[in-house]
This record gives sequence, structure tokens and C-alpha cells, in this order.
Amino acid sequence: MSKRGKFLFQSLEPRTPLRVVGLLVFLFCISLGSSSSYGDQIGDLVQSDWKAQFWRFLSLKDPAVRAALLGSATLGALCGALGSFIVVRRWALLGDTLSHAALPGVALGFLWSMKKDPWTIFIGATLAGIVGAALSSGIRRTTKLKEDAALGMTLASFFALGIALISMTQHLPDADKSGLEQFLFGQAAAMNDDDIRLILIAGVVVFAGLILFYKELLLTSFDPGFARSTGAPVKIAQHGLTLALSFSIVVSLQAVGVALVSALLITPASAAYLLTDRMKRMVWMSALFGAFAGVVGAFGSFLQTKAPTGPFIVMGATMMFALAFLLGPKHGWVPRRWRRWTQSQKIRSENLLKAIYQTLEKDEGGISDDGAAWLSILRRKKIPEKKLWKELKALERSGLVTVTGDRARPDIFFTPEGKRHAMEIVRNHRLWELYLTHSANFPADHVHDDAEKIEHLLGEEMVRRLEKLLNHATLDPHGRPIPSLEDLEESRSESELAPKSGAAGYQGTG
Amino acid sequence: MDFLEWIPAYDATAVWVDPWKMDFWGSLYVTLTGMFIVLSCGWVGVYLILRRLALVGDAISHSVLPGLVIALLIAGKVTSTAMFLGALVAGVVTTALIEFLHGASRTKPDAAIGVSFTFLFALGVILVNSFAGSIDLDADCVLHGELIHVAMEVFDPESVVTAFGVEWPMTLVRMAGVTVVTVALILVFYKELLVSSFDAGLAASLGYRPRWIHYGLMIMLSWVIVSAFESVGAILVIAMLILPGATAYLWVQRLPALLVLTTVFSPIISLGGYHLGVWLNCSIAAAMALAAAILFLITWVIEPKNGLIRQGWTRWKAFLSMRQAEVR
Repeated sequence: MSKRGKFLFQSLEPRTPLRVVGLLVFLFCISLGSSSSYGDQIGDLVQSDWKAQFWRFLSLKDPAVRAALLGSATLGALCGALGSFIVVRRWALLGDTLSHAALPGVALGFLWSMKKDPWTIFIGATLAGIVGAALSSGIRRTTKLKEDAALGMTLASFFALGIALISMTQHLPDADKSGLEQFLFGQAAAMNDDDIRLILIAGVVVFAGLILFYKELLLTSFDPGFARSTGAPVKIAQHGLTLALSFSIVVSLQAVGVALVSALLITPASAAYLLTDRMKRMVWMSALFGAFAGVVGAFGSFLQTKAPTGPFIVMGATMMFALAFLLGPKHGWVPRRWRRWTQSQKIRSENLLKAIYQTLEKDEGGISDDGAAWLSILRRKKIPEKKLWKELKALERSGLVTVTGDRARPDIFFTPEGKRHAMEIVRNHRLWELYLTHSANFPADHVHDDAEKIEHLLGEEMVRRLEKLLNHATLDPHGRPIPSLEDLEESRSESELAPKSGAAGYQGTG
Repeated sequence: MDFLEWIPAYDATAVWVDPWKMDFWGSLYVTLTGMFIVLSCGWVGVYLILRRLALVGDAISHSVLPGLVIALLIAGKVTSTAMFLGALVAGVVTTALIEFLHGASRTKPDAAIGVSFTFLFALGVILVNSFAGSIDLDADCVLHGELIHVAMEVFDPESVVTAFGVEWPMTLVRMAGVTVVTVALILVFYKELLVSSFDAGLAASLGYRPRWIHYGLMIMLSWVIVSAFESVGAILVIAMLILPGATAYLWVQRLPALLVLTTVFSPIISLGGYHLGVWLNCSIAAAMALAAAILFLITWVIEPKNGLIRQGWTRWKAFLSMRQAEVR
């Protein structure tokens, strides 16, 4: 391993994960405690009204509820944490393939022992998942077919095999064949002790694996080329992740079902991906969302014992995703829309301020001399009057201009605040034009459009440096004055002197 | 009971002759329906493979379920129009949802597909379970369907169509109609589909509107899926969509040849699947998907130009010649 690679490895500290181990051990202890008293299944509980059921669920009085809750929350967290690696590696559809590929394994495991024994089913399903993964990668490597076709084919063929096997078991004379269909959509209420033990064991193993090999997984997920060059085991990480994936899928089958298990892998992790840019945080959030989805599913299963659990779990996960998608502070849809909207609002109002300033500068006054004439602004802006009027009113509301007179021929005055703001924009615009002609040798008639964009973005520090660079020039390339710092100061002191209602019209600057 | 004892004994007469001897018409109905399903799905599937949309096919085959359920709830009974409209809306909504999730956030396309179809499918399953009394759909059947019901349909006078002096089951007639329309549409828009599948830029420059073609293909896909839904179920329909085209793709690469070969495969898959199902005494739809998978496996191994045997042989020869070179 190169020196840089080693440095990188050491810099990714693995301290926080220890907490999860503690948490899992704690959960495991609870499960051992509860499993002894675990008698009824959820289905045996007496039905009462909806609200009472809700409180009963929350109070965790029933051991059956505790067990289902523990099982589905743990596997939600497990799949969520693992899923974040799946999502960043763009393996989302591999999860779907593996879950469908596990079905013939479930059936074979059943046929092996002729009853619903979690252990043989677990082994059979894991093997089938691994064979499915190997087969689809084999198809991709040795034929012209692309990855999507290879995955889709494996998924459908294995699922067909599974359905064929399950329908064959229906004709068997002496098998206890109840409950095999539950693997299609999941039934958390039907989980027994062994299922929950299996989930917890898988949880501990997979979490331990994630924590121990976090650095390797991280490195190989984001930059396989660099990982290979540092000697990190790319291939092994890949196979290990596939193995962990099929483990977690298989233990989830009982609660979520073949058809929807991939949602538990993809959806919470996709939600977390929209909320954070840091991998470690993403893993935690995704585990949390997954656990929440599991709780929702357990509750659904508690309320409607006949209905399958899988869809409820998926609904819980999708709810989290929808929230993250819409409201996530950085990548969320609404905040981004909002940012874009406020930005365009700002630009629009600044442009209108500028237009008023320019009208006054050209001395195109209205009825009273020092107000800007509405008609010349209208001519200058070239947008419908109604729209411009709305923008003007918005400016008035934010205290930048005052409007007098009637709607037909209003006079527009700057407030001191508004005047300073307009001067800043005009200064930015003209300063930038001058900079482009002066320092970048642009012809004077080519600089306007560029300045039109940059005027809204220039910061105070940048302006100071431009002024200095251009020797505090007073005229722009087109011979119009550039408002300087002193002019701005002047308008500020004016604002202190002038009464609040008084409006400052145009004063020849420069 | 011993492991592996559950596989029934193979008896050539019982598997290949008896079903036709005992119930000729029933066997004919089942195999013909299967053939039409494989044919229509296969033709659409060829384009899915060429456009790398195999997993969008997967997604839509799941998400037609809520569209179907809602349409049936509104219509009040199972009608072809309601099913068609439901599938159409579901196909468009799924395609648009995937595009929206992918386009309006940084969700990757594969995750966008996964999130949207699992959500829609879960919604569909919940609806099916909540309104199980008022609609004629069963959640398990949604996944794997039951092709054998076609043979029983003739006993119900309401679902029988008489043509050529013979009574045909409604499902078969509908599937035949779907196949004819699908094939006709693909042939009519052959050029547009061809160009936009291989070179979207060229298609756009020729004024074909690749986006419209994409949506059109997705609508056709959901229509085919929803027609096959009842007989083969949501997930097995993926096998019918992808496997024939993928198998054909290993033999030939030209589009006309792909379509012809898919057509040739459809009776083989249907008949092979039917008899496989009879032998194993299992779901006929699953057996047909299995037959398609077996056909693919055989092709994968023996295909003369790029098959596994050929690849191994080439590698073996290279190994031998390398060793000879070392000896010298």
C-alpha cells in the first residue's frame, strides 16, 4: 500500500460505529429476555378499536408486538445501513434481482426439510441469491447483453423457478405447506423466535462487517481505481458486499417479502443520500429511516393481521423518501425551488431599481421634477405594464421606493435605502464593463450582456479591488458616470438626515 | 420422504401425448394464449433490450398494478377499456415519476427506478387487499398468474367468443388482438423506433421526437403487460419480455432478424413450457418462463460464434499454442 493510501486509511477514523455494536448487543439481550415469554402471535390478539390498538402498540405490553417490532426495526436498520453502500455504488437493481433470485432457494429449503424451517430456508435462499448474482455477472461478462438485461433475466428466471417449485409443493401429500406464500409479500406477524434470532444474528454480523471494513468499503465504493492502486481489496469488498446483501435480503424475506425487499435497501438510503454528503452520516440516517419503516410495517401488521406487512414497510420508507425529496434542506425540491425563486425575485427587483435609476439619470422626470416617469421606465423595461406594476409594488412594500399619483401616471421616488441599492447595482454594472474593456480588452459594445449578469453577484470586497485596479475611474466605457464609494456614503448620510417619508430623487452623481 | 422425491417421474407419453389426447382444446387454448403472450411481449422486449430499458420494463410491470386496481374500482367491473386506460395512466405516471425523481434531485436513475416502482407496487398490493371484496384480483395471482384458467373459461358462457365454428376463450381472443395491434404498431413505426433506439440524436434531427417515441413505447409496454397480467402475473411477464429477445440477441444482432427470431421462439417457448408444466405438475405460466430461461441457457452454451463452448475452445487453443511456443 502506498504512503498516501495508508494516510487516507488512517484519516477515516472508525470510532462512532462502536456505539452501534453496543446498541445491537443491547437489543440482542432484550430479545433473549423477551423470547422466553414470547407466546402468542400478533394474530391472536383481541381486536378492539383503532385508537386503543395504537396505544396498545405503543405501550409495548404484548410480547408479540415487542418481537415483531424488534424484528422488523432491526432488519430495517440492517437493510438501511447496507443499502447506503448499494445506492452509492449504483447497485440498486442488484438488490431486486437478489431478492427474487432467493425464492427458489426458499422453496428448496422448504423441500429439504418438508416444513417451514428458518435455517434450511435461510441457507437455501442465500445460496440461490449467490448463484443468481454469479449468473447475472457471468451473462454480462460472456455475452453482448448489457447489465440491465442480465439482471432482469436472472430475476425473472429465478422467480419463475421459485413459483414453479412452490406450486409443486402444493401437490405434495405430507408436507406442512402453510405459509410459503407469505414469502411473496411478507408477514411480520408470522415471525417466530427462530426468525427473530436469525435477524439479530444477521444484524450483528453485517453491522460488524460494515464497521470493521468501513474504510475498505468506502474507498472501493467511491473510487475503485484509486482503491486498487492503494492495494485495497476491491474484488473482495465487492464479493463481501454481495454476500452481506443476500444475507440481509434473506432474513428480511419473512417480514417484507420477495417482491418488495429491495425497497428496504434502496428507499431509506436514497432518502439519506438526499440529506447529507457524508458517507458515515448517510449510513446512520439510512439505518434510522429503515428502522422507522420497520416500525410502520410492524404497526400495519398489528392493525391488519390478514394483510401482508411488506407494503406497509415500503410505505413507511417511501414516506421518509418523499419528505427528504421535498424538504431536504440542501437537495430538497421545495428549498431548491424556493432558492431559485428568491434569487430570481432579487434579480428582478434589482433590475427594476436600476431602470428607475437610469431614468432619473437621463432626467426623464414625471410631473414633479425629481420623480421618475412611469412611461419611460415602461419603455426601458419592455415588459407588460401589469407585470411591471406588480414588481414596483413589491419594491414599495420592501421600502425601496415610494409611489405617488394615480395608476395611470405615477411618479416614482427612491427611498434613501433604495437609492443606495440602485447605485450599487449600477456601479457594479459599469465597473465590470470598464474592467472588461480596460483589462480584458473587450470592445465597448460587447460588455453589456456580461455585466448584466455579474452585477447581481459582485460582492463588496470584489468591488473595492476592482475600483483600486481601475484607479477609481469615474466614467464607464460608454461615458456614463460610475457611482463611487463617496456617492454611496453621501446617500447614506442623506438617509440619516432626511425624514423617513422624504424621498430622494435623482441627484447628478459623478 | 426423501429429498428430490418430489420431482415426478418422467414419462414421455404422459408428458407429450396425453394432454393433447385427453383435452385437445384445453391444451390448444393454453398454448395459443402462451404463444401470443410471448410474441407480443417479446416484440416489445426486443426494443427494451436495445434501449437498455430492461429494468424499466421490470418497474412498469410492477406499477401497472395500482393503475389497474384504481381503474377497476372506478369502472366497477373488469372491462377491457378500464384495464387499458389504467395501464396507460400507470405507464405514463411511472415513466414520468422516474424521470422526475432522477431529474429534479440527485437520485441516480437506478435508485429512482427502484424507489418509484416499489412504492407503486406496494400501493397496489394495499389497494388489492383493502378492496379484495369489490374487485376480482388476488394479490398472489398478481405476482404469478395462472394460465391454466384460460382452458376453464370455455365453461363460462359469458367469456366465450365463437369464431370459425369453434368456441374460443375470451382471454385468448383478447391476447390475439393485443398481439396483432402490437405487431402492427411496431411495423408501422418501424423506422422511427429503429432510428431512435440506435441514435437518439439522429432521430431528433430527423424530426422524430425521441421523447414521444419513448413515452409511446412505454404506453405500449404497459398495455402488453396489463393484457398478459391476468395470465402470467407481474413478475413472470418480465421473463416473457426480456428472455426471448435476449436469446435472439445472442444469435443475431440485426433488428429484423431479432424480431423474426423472437417470433420463431414464441411457439417453442409456449409448447415447451406447457409440457414442462404438465410434467412437473406446476404453474403453467412459471413453466413457460422456465422454458424461456432454458432456451436462453442452451443458446448461451452452444451458440456457435460466441457461446460458452466456443469461448472455452478458443481459450483452450490459445493455451495450447502458448504452451507449444514455450516448448520451442
